[in-house]
Amino acid sequence: MVPLSYYLVLSGILFVCGVLGFLIKRNIITIFMSIELMLNGVNLSFVAFAAQWHALSGQVFVFFVMVVAAAEAAVGLAIIIAVYRTRETLNVDQVNLLKL
Amino acid sequence: MTPNPYLWLVPILPLAGAAINGFFGRRSSKNAITAIALGFCGLAFFLAVVIAVRFSPASAPYYFNLAHWIRSGSFQVDFSFYLDQLSLVMLLVVTGVGFLIHIYSVGYMWDDDGYYRFMAYLNLFMFFMLTLVLAKNYLVMFIGWEGVGLASYLLIGFWFIKDSAAAAGKKAFIVNRIGDFGFLIALFLMIKHFGTLDFTHVFAAVQTLPTETAGAGLLTAIGLLLMVGAAGKSAQIPLYVWLPDAMEGPTPVSALIHAATMVTAGVYMVARSSAIFDRAPMAMMVVAIVGTLTALFAATIGIAQTDIKKVLAYSTVSQLGYMFMACGVGAFSAGIFHLMTHAFFKGLLFLAAGSVIHGIGGEQDMRKMGGLRVYMPVTFLTMSIATFTIAGFPPLAAFFSKDEILWKAYSSPNGSWVYWLIGVITAFITSFYMFRLWFLTFFGDYRGAIAHDSHDPSRAGAPATHGHGHSHGDPHESPWVMLGPLVILAILSVVGGWIGIGGRFEHFLAPVFQSGAAAELAHETAGEAAGKGTETLLMLISVTAAVLGLLLAWTLYLRRPQLPARIAASLGTLYEAVSHKYYIDELYAVLFVKPLIDGSTTILWHGVDQGVIDAAVNDSADAARHVSDNVRHMQSGNLRSYAGWVAAGGAVVIAYMVWMGVR
Repeated sequence: MVPLSYYLVLSGILFVCGVLGFLIKRNIITIFMSIELMLNGVNLSFVAFAAQWHALSGQVFVFFVMVVAAAEAAVGLAIIIAVYRTRETLNVDQVNLLKL
Repeated sequence: MTPNPYLWLVPILPLAGAAINGFFGRRSSKNAITAIALGFCGLAFFLAVVIAVRFSPASAPYYFNLAHWIRSGSFQVDFSFYLDQLSLVMLLVVTGVGFLIHIYSVGYMWDDDGYYRFMAYLNLFMFFMLTLVLAKNYLVMFIGWEGVGLASYLLIGFWFIKDSAAAAGKKAFIVNRIGDFGFLIALFLMIKHFGTLDFTHVFAAVQTLPTETAGAGLLTAIGLLLMVGAAGKSAQIPLYVWLPDAMEGPTPVSALIHAATMVTAGVYMVARSSAIFDRAPMAMMVVAIVGTLTALFAATIGIAQTDIKKVLAYSTVSQLGYMFMACGVGAFSAGIFHLMTHAFFKGLLFLAAGSVIHGIGGEQDMRKMGGLRVYMPVTFLTMSIATFTIAGFPPLAAFFSKDEILWKAYSSPNGSWVYWLIGVITAFITSFYMFRLWFLTFFGDYRGAIAHDSHDPSRAGAPATHGHGHSHGDPHESPWVMLGPLVILAILSVVGGWIGIGGRFEHFLAPVFQSGAAAELAHETAGEAAGKGTETLLMLISVTAAVLGLLLAWTLYLRRPQLPARIAASLGTLYEAVSHKYYIDELYAVLFVKPLIDGSTTILWHGVDQGVIDAAVNDSADAARHVSDNVRHMQSGNLRSYAGWVAAGGAVVIAYMVWMGVR
């Protein structure tokens, strides 16, 4: 059986990749995917713990996260399409009108 | 006391007239306005006459309780009216003279755009004045007191387009406020020490206190404070300055408010409070001195005025001084007697002067009049009667009343020959300046510009700022609606004094001035035999003074008209001072007005208002704005910087949890 620490390290690596992509990338779709990466990193640690402790709640939580992520993807992609139609760019540095 | 069910109607009727004309006058015809104004005022006069006819001294005083007002523990004030001999005299004078002046105003103000406004104000004034004289307690009196001040303000500033009129209105109001301050403090003292403001209760309480002969006490304080109020309303030194400026108002207003009725309110109030003054000899003395000085002082200013209404204004101040002199020596009934005759002849003088001004197209400078007796015979005749009356020629009204005052000033236990002497000198000066006015206005040649283009059609259509429609060419007589009141007042000026013959007026008023008048009467009967010769002598002296004034005026202004200028030149500074009213206005401006305005500007406006109040509000708003100005830069619109902040925030939270150890 693979020890828990392996899962957690992989989960941490996935999460940090997501954070770095979230901070560094300019393409709004990449940023969006980075967020998914972070969510799935967290999901991995949830199921790992759930398997370790034989607790079902961790797995249930993962389904919740997936549902929310799916909804978020639907709304987020719609927004991205709307932004692209009006601004003709996906570079977030150029989508900066919402400010004082 | 006997209840009288009609009493309250007398003041309410003019109020109804004022309300109707004030609210609906703008859209109604002038005939309707006239009918309402004259109707309600005339009805009040008629009712006053009915009340006077049914008045019986035996069952007086009458009262009427209109409504409860203030009920606070043992302190009670009601809207109640009161009628005794004193208020009956005032009631008849106010409604009678007021009604005549209403009639006159119809002719005088007919072509003014604000005709309805004028009539409404006049009616409003009547309401407040009647409230004042019919009040049963000091607070209701104070309502009337303030109300006539309001009406006076509105009517002085009636032609408010003119800056000088608006300023004169403000001046009258503010100077009166100073007097009202004294009046109010006196009322507070009464509430504190007597617990009531009702005349009968206050005077009953006063009767239980000893006369303050040795030192000044409560009653002296109340008396002096009441006198401050009276000095403001009745234009005595040092608060007389508003009255001459009040001549900016239309002439009927000058006649009604600033000569016949309102300005005598102070005299009425002092006479009404005679019970208080009787027990405060020091306050009495102050009243007498102020009155005497004002009489002389104002008369001397009257000599050098050139505006016909200003002369009459100073004459009014001077005559009011006489009344206060009478009250000050304890001869309250003589003061009220002179108040009544003064209402007749001074009202007449102003109305006649208004007729003159009206007849020559709004000119008020006497140097541009002259010879008018040919053009306006009725005005001339009535004005002559008034002039001879005020100068004190027998057997006209003021001869009796003024002589009574002078005799009382000499003979009363509170009197002195000094008062009498100054009074006689004033009588001489009065006679001089009045005949100066008379000669300058009606004799000699007309010195005004006679417009020869009076039939020019372009002028006929021009808006008349004053008077009736046709253009003013040659001097002309006024219409009968104006002359009628003149004639009636002239008759009253002749016969008005006769009711005082043999002390009848004094005996009639005696019950009002209980202790004072009683003492006075006792004194008089004791000294009657010895005093009769002296009285006749003093009478002769004052008549001589009047004749001398006439002769002097005749010499200077008719026989040798170039003489006054030479005398004025030789007097130099003195004449300058007199013609500039002793620079009192300028003195007040330097002493009070300028420090007040400067102090208000630098300390209150710039210092407190802008420096503290505005600063506190503005600075806290500024501080909030500065803080948000700095913070808002976080809201850059750059998505990645937001992401950075979120990540940093998450890192901080995790670091904190790790640091503290998660349990």
